[in-house]
Amino acid sequence: MIAPSFLDQLWLARHVILNGLGITVAISLLAILAGSVLGVFVGLSLVYGNRWLRLIVRAYTDIIRGTPVLVLVLASYYVSSAVGVNLDPFSAGVLALAVFCSSHVGEIVRGGLQAIPKGQTEAAKAIGLTFGQTFAYVLWPQALRQFLPAWVNTAAEMVKASTLLSVIGVAELLLRSQEIISRNFMSLQFYFFAGALYFLVNYGIERFGKYVERKTAIPS
Amino acid sequence: MAKTILEIAGLRKTYGPVEVLKGIDCAVHEGEVIAIIGSSGSGKTTLLRCINMLEDFQDGTIRLDGEEIGYHVDASAGRRRKSERDIARQRALTGMAFQQFNLFPHMTAAQNVMLGLVKVKRLPKGEAHAIALKWLDRVGLGDRANHYPGQLSGGQQQRVAIARAIAMNPRLMLFDEVTSALDPELVGEVLQVIKDLAAEGMTMLLVTHEMRFAYEVASRVIFMNKGVIGEEGNPREMFLAPRTERLAEFLKTSSFN
Repeated sequence: MIAPSFLDQLWLARHVILNGLGITVAISLLAILAGSVLGVFVGLSLVYGNRWLRLIVRAYTDIIRGTPVLVLVLASYYVSSAVGVNLDPFSAGVLALAVFCSSHVGEIVRGGLQAIPKGQTEAAKAIGLTFGQTFAYVLWPQALRQFLPAWVNTAAEMVKASTLLSVIGVAELLLRSQEIISRNFMSLQFYFFAGALYFLVNYGIERFGKYVERKTAIPS
Repeated sequence: MAKTILEIAGLRKTYGPVEVLKGIDCAVHEGEVIAIIGSSGSGKTTLLRCINMLEDFQDGTIRLDGEEIGYHVDASAGRRRKSERDIARQRALTGMAFQQFNLFPHMTAAQNVMLGLVKVKRLPKGEAHAIALKWLDRVGLGDRANHYPGQLSGGQQQRVAIARAIAMNPRLMLFDEVTSALDPELVGEVLQVIKDLAAEGMTMLLVTHEMRFAYEVASRVIFMNKGVIGEEGNPREMFLAPRTERLAEFLKTSSFN
């Protein structure tokens, strides 16, 4: 049962909650965008880089992926200010998530490209395509389809990870909910409500992913 | 004698310590259909792949219409690999069909054939499409132009792959065991396409295990044995009266009879 007073409190807090949701979506979008762009370069370096580049990028992804996101968030905020780069909590948080996202997307891109049979490259070469053309018209379109599901998964992970920015004081949905709860003590109701909103966002991402997957499926 | 298209001299290819090709010399003339036979590991596929620079090679020269393939060789600077751009251009001069077809699965049959025409030959889309349809029609797949490879049988896929190579109007076609991955009942349709091309005067090199086909279609047969040319000649002599022990042995174990 939802007590009528919860609805009253929810109505009172609507701007705060919507604001928090907006921040959450903004953090997630920025982190996914920046992380994906960076991640594509990470992935390309892992597949096509020379030995030294591969070594460096491999170390980068292994270290980032082996570090808890919370640690990355704290490090991004406190270490950056300690070395004199003053990032506001929002930027520091987005940076941390983008870096985390890039290591995952990098692995996804690498896997997607390496899963393509060698014969594809050979056939492309045999008709005279240059490497750039082979990549653009033969490899990339196939890799994209291959890694779309894993990429959607990572995007949903980023939304969830955005909650960690509450510890450095970014007023995203979770922190906003906590503030509301500290005023009205309706912890169960408001945590549940926040949870439902996170679910909705991620459900939307997942549906969108399925839609794109269907649209780009190769007929067989 | 017809014009020489391909000239191979002293070709050597090693994979680490293993020497796969130990000095191949051979010339191919315009209109010739050459079947390359031999047991697996004899280097026949590698030879084909070197001609298309899908494999680097360590020594010797391959000339296509007099132009050196893959490497600059000059007395002072030694031997240097050509630029990727040059090599890409040279690869377009030969067409290749593969054992595993290697069609691009995200493109329709017509798009597969058009890709090289549009991106390498820089033809306008409309013209490329017309050429693609013409060749798909020629391999009996005019009605499958808008099908994706996943919607075609193995034999149909291989015919699209051949159309894709031929449409580029290559000087020379290379066929690498194009029927080996096919169900027996689909082999015939692919061999028929190759036969038709041969009859029209296409110069081709085909690595094959279809001895009967080699016998019927080839104007010359090359028997590869352990990285060298073991024997070569016209198919009649080769198959009916092998001169070397090795070839006689090989023919006995192959499905010719």
